[in-house]
Amino acid sequence: MSDAAKNTRPQYRNIHIFQILGYRMPFAALVSILHRISGLLLFLFLPFILFLLDKSLLSEISFEYFRSFTSGWFVKLIILALSWAFLHHFCAGIRHVIMDFEYGLSKDGARRSAVSVLVISLPLAALVGLKLFGVF
Amino acid sequence: MDNNFGSKRLVVGAHYGLRDWMAQRATAVVMAAYTVILLVSFLSAKDFSYEGWAGMFAQQWFKLATFVTVIALIYHAWVGVRDVLMDYVHSAGTKLVLQVATLVWLIACAGWAAQILWRV
Repeated sequence: MSDAAKNTRPQYRNIHIFQILGYRMPFAALVSILHRISGLLLFLFLPFILFLLDKSLLSEISFEYFRSFTSGWFVKLIILALSWAFLHHFCAGIRHVIMDFEYGLSKDGARRSAVSVLVISLPLAALVGLKLFGVF
Repeated sequence: MDNNFGSKRLVVGAHYGLRDWMAQRATAVVMAAYTVILLVSFLSAKDFSYEGWAGMFAQQWFKLATFVTVIALIYHAWVGVRDVLMDYVHSAGTKLVLQVATLVWLIACAGWAAQILWRV
């Protein structure tokens, strides 16, 4: 085969992580990629979560350290991001399991359940944020 | 829907797909159940004091429930991260290094979690 013919052949691969922003995604695709991003976020911050658990449990002194550490706005922001990641991953995971039982597999059903995931997880994350930053 | 699953389907490949798919669901159910236990225990406590919080984790059954959830999480995260790496990293060498790093990362986290739990 000549080189020219080789080069014109189209290649179909997964959407690369840097190409995602260039796509106009349907809700199901948005929920799917957020499922990955939230999962990866929780995976990478696992030591951070363990650090907080450790400080909160070790002793009364470390518990006080935990309280002052988590009162900073930046740490609160990280906790909010992780809370969102957990809530989204949780809701999208339940959607996965429901779809495994062959419910809502139609184009419209999948779109509606994807919207439901966002409608449930985002306000819950907002609530966590309001609580974290002392609104109530 | 086309019946592209079931006993008549020709299964090809490395055969770990179904096992990991099932494990991903089973571990998710364990973590979801633990989330409910944790939330109920936490919200039924009167105030967020050290005694209340550490007292929760001082019970043996709570330690075991937490540890089982950590193990479920480790397996779940391994399957998930491996799938992501398979999709986006195409060089075999880089993929191997990242997969080994993922395992090291997760097993270290599991060890730390055990230490945290059993010194309360």
